[in-house]
Amino acid sequence: MTERTDELQPAGSAPSASTAEDQLLPQLVAHLREHRTRLRQEWAGRIQDSGLLHAMTPQEMVAETTSVYDNYVEVLETGSVEALQRYARDLSERIIPRGVETHEVVGIVLLLRDVLARSLFEKYQRDFGLLNRVLDAYEPAANRIANTVAVSFVDERERVIRQQQDSIRELSTPVLPVRERLLILPMIGVLDSERARQLTEQLLTGIRTHRAKVVVIDITGVPAVDESVANHLVRTVDASRLMGASVIITGLSPDIAQTLVTIGVDLSKMDTIGDLQGGLEEAERLLGYSVSRVDGAGAM
Amino acid sequence: MTGPKLVSILRQGSWLIASIHTALDDTQMVLFQQDLIEQIGRYRSRGVVIDVAALDVLDSFGARTLRTMAEMARLRGAETVIVGIQPDVAFAMVSLGMDTGSVPTALDLEEGLAYLARPGGRGPGHRGSAAG
Repeated sequence: MTERTDELQPAGSAPSASTAEDQLLPQLVAHLREHRTRLRQEWAGRIQDSGLLHAMTPQEMVAETTSVYDNYVEVLETGSVEALQRYARDLSERIIPRGVETHEVVGIVLLLRDVLARSLFEKYQRDFGLLNRVLDAYEPAANRIANTVAVSFVDERERVIRQQQDSIRELSTPVLPVRERLLILPMIGVLDSERARQLTEQLLTGIRTHRAKVVVIDITGVPAVDESVANHLVRTVDASRLMGASVIITGLSPDIAQTLVTIGVDLSKMDTIGDLQGGLEEAERLLGYSVSRVDGAGAM
Repeated sequence: MTGPKLVSILRQGSWLIASIHTALDDTQMVLFQQDLIEQIGRYRSRGVVIDVAALDVLDSFGARTLRTMAEMARLRGAETVIVGIQPDVAFAMVSLGMDTGSVPTALDLEEGLAYLARPGGRGPGHRGSAAG
């Protein structure tokens, strides 16, 4: 009667089985330790068959799969994912720069889960009730491991992305004094609203600190702008005018010019000149500079 | 008005330099306007610099009053330039669709005076006879 109940209901629901449950995981762990080499090789083989992790050399693969395997079994044994989390973060740090993708990492962890589950099937196939209980103990732990590894990997990737965004941001909008009262801002890369906001801030404070009268914003290196960024740019130019500086925009690409006209941004108040050279000449004219070549100098 | 002066209007040759020291409410703004326009006539000024560097906020009433003042000053024979708009204020103003209209702006007092003294401008040396 007791046996029937065990078969029909998931393990753990019957109080009488709880002592047996406690024994299950250690038993399982012992099994996985015992067949470590064979299972690890099978796993590595399946990884290769699936074409995952081709960024790694076979030696690295052996080393990494061995330590992943050991970590995996350890988590099953202790139920604590902290060590695995640390390991997964380290691993991610090592493999992300080599172009390993999220689907590969998730894929190999799921493969390991399947390989181990398969071996449990083989071992317990004669006793269906026991197999059920073993899987009940194994599956939640295995899912938790897969989850932990995937989350650690994605976290690490996001950290790397954030770091890169920060460094792009830092070098993105230099405000350079060219002559007294004349600033240039060479913009390179995509102008999103965050960068546009930053541009405004740096430009307006730059006008203040350098006492600029003329500012040349060169957007030769900007591939595209959208409507909100264009409007932001117009507002920035207006704000600069309120601070007593005139702004010249240079290097609008044909694409950007077309976009701006199509979306109907009012650029009538903007001073635009084809290229940076023309912009600087115009700025010098506004400031009353005249640049002339000295006769004989520079003749090479 | 009691307490420290909110606005000072200084005379410098044929120019007036009006500095706003703190945020003004609407009534104070109107008093300032009357005061300034009256002094333009009294001193026969040809140029006015309004320095708003101490303001970290400028509402639409304030901006409109500044525009009106500049227009009134023009009718009284004086040219006005607004100076010292802070970066944050400048951006807030354009974001809210406010501007100074046709009133010229300059970075700071020095720039504003240089603007009034520019060749072709109405400097102290070009004093006409029809002022006031």
